[in-house]
Amino acid sequence: MTYEFDFSVLLPYWEQFLRGCWLTVLLSTIAILAGLSIGIVTALAKQSPIAWVRLAATTYVEAIRNTPFLVQVFFIYFGLPAIGISFQPWSAAVLALSLNCGAFSAEVIRGGIDAISRGQFEAGAALGLKRLQVYRYIVLKPALRIIFPALSGQFVLALLTTSIVSSISAEELTSIAQSIDTLTFRSFEIYVVTTVLYLVMALGFAHIFKAVDRAYFSYPVK
Amino acid sequence: MIRQFGLSEILSILAGVQSTVMLSLVAFAGGGIVGLAIALMRTSERSWLQRIASGYIDFFQGTPLLMQLFLVFYGLPVFGYKVGPWTAVSIGLTLHASAFLGEIWRGSIQAVPKGQTEAAKALGLSYFNRMQDVVLPQAMRISIAPTVSFLVQLIKGTSLAAIVGFVELSRSAQMIASTTYKPLLAYGFAAIVYFIICFPLSRFSMKIEKRFQVKT
Repeated sequence: MTYEFDFSVLLPYWEQFLRGCWLTVLLSTIAILAGLSIGIVTALAKQSPIAWVRLAATTYVEAIRNTPFLVQVFFIYFGLPAIGISFQPWSAAVLALSLNCGAFSAEVIRGGIDAISRGQFEAGAALGLKRLQVYRYIVLKPALRIIFPALSGQFVLALLTTSIVSSISAEELTSIAQSIDTLTFRSFEIYVVTTVLYLVMALGFAHIFKAVDRAYFSYPVK
Repeated sequence: MIRQFGLSEILSILAGVQSTVMLSLVAFAGGGIVGLAIALMRTSERSWLQRIASGYIDFFQGTPLLMQLFLVFYGLPVFGYKVGPWTAVSIGLTLHASAFLGEIWRGSIQAVPKGQTEAAKALGLSYFNRMQDVVLPQAMRISIAPTVSFLVQLIKGTSLAAIVGFVELSRSAQMIASTTYKPLLAYGFAAIVYFIICFPLSRFSMKIEKRFQVKT
C-alpha cells in the first residue's frame, strides 16, 4: 500500500493556520515582555543584601530551569485548582510561559548588568549628568548591546516552546493543527505544514533581530 | 474508584524515571554519533557539506521539538515503517539531539586556535589524524560544559514523549493524577524528581564553565 499525499484538503483551513500563527506570535510576545519584567526583578533580587530574597530568587530560577515546561504547564493548569487557584487554558499558558521566560532571562539580564563597569557611572557623574541621564545616554545602549542577541534567542525559543501549551488545549498553532487533524485525518500533511510555518516564523524573527542588531548595536568597541 | 495517593502511587511514578533515563541515554548516544558527523560536516572545507549541515541544524533549531516528534510519529507509518512508540520517540529525540550537539561541537572545534590545524597540516598529518589527535581532544575540553547543559535540555525534552503516548516520568505522573485526583501532588512530585536528576548536572556544567573561564 502506498500513501497518497494530499495537501489540497488543507487549503480550506488556511485562515485557521494563519490565526494559529498570529496566536503563537502573540503568546510569545506577551511571554517575552512579561518574562523580561520578571527577569529584571529576579536579577535584582539575586543581588539583594537580604538573604531570604536572594534564596527565593535562586530557588525560582533553578526550579524552572531544571524541570520540563510540560510539567510546569500541567502543575499550573491541573495542579493549582486543587488549592483553589484555577485558570482558563490561555491564562495558564501565558502564566507558565512568562514564568519560564522570566527564569531564563534573569540570567541574561544579570550578565548585562555585570558587564557595565563602575567607571561608566563615574564618568557620567563627572560630566555632570544626572543619574537617569547616565542610564539613558551611557549605560542603556551598551547593556542592551550585550544582552540583545541572547534575548532575541530567548524570543525564538519562547516561540517554539508555545507549541507545548497545546497539551492543555490553549489556542495556538499546534492546538489548531490538532483540531484540523480531527476533521481531516491528514495528520502527516498537517504537521508538515505546521512545522514549515514554525520554521518560517522562527527563521524570520531571527533574521529581523539580526538586522536590528546590525543597525543599532554594531559599532566598534574597544 | 478514586485511589489514595500513597506509596504505590509514588512507586509507579518512579517507574517512569527508568524510561526517562533510558530514553535520554539513547537519544544522547545516538545524537552524539550523528552530531559528531554534523559538526565535522559543518567545519569541513567543502562548502556543499557545510550547507547541508547548516540546513539540518536550522531545521531542528527552528522548529518545536513537539513537531519533530509528531513528524516522525505520523511520518514513519506513511512511508511504510510500522514502529512502536519507543522506536519513534528514540528516532525523533536522536535527530533533535544531533542537531544541537552538532552546533555545540562546531563551536568547540572552531574555538581551537587555527594555528593548531595549520601546524598539523605542516607536519603532514592527514585530515583524519589532524582531527583525531590534534583538534578534537582540545575541542572536547571546551565542549564539556555546553554538552552537559544540553543533556539537561534533552532530559526535560523527553517529557514531550508523553504527548505521543510514550510512558515515561511525565506520563506516569499524568496517569496517577487522573486516578487519584491529586494532580498537585502528582505533578509536584514529578517536578521534584526531574529536579533531582537535572540540578546536579546543571551545577556540574556551571562549575566546569567557570573553571574554563579562569584558564583562558
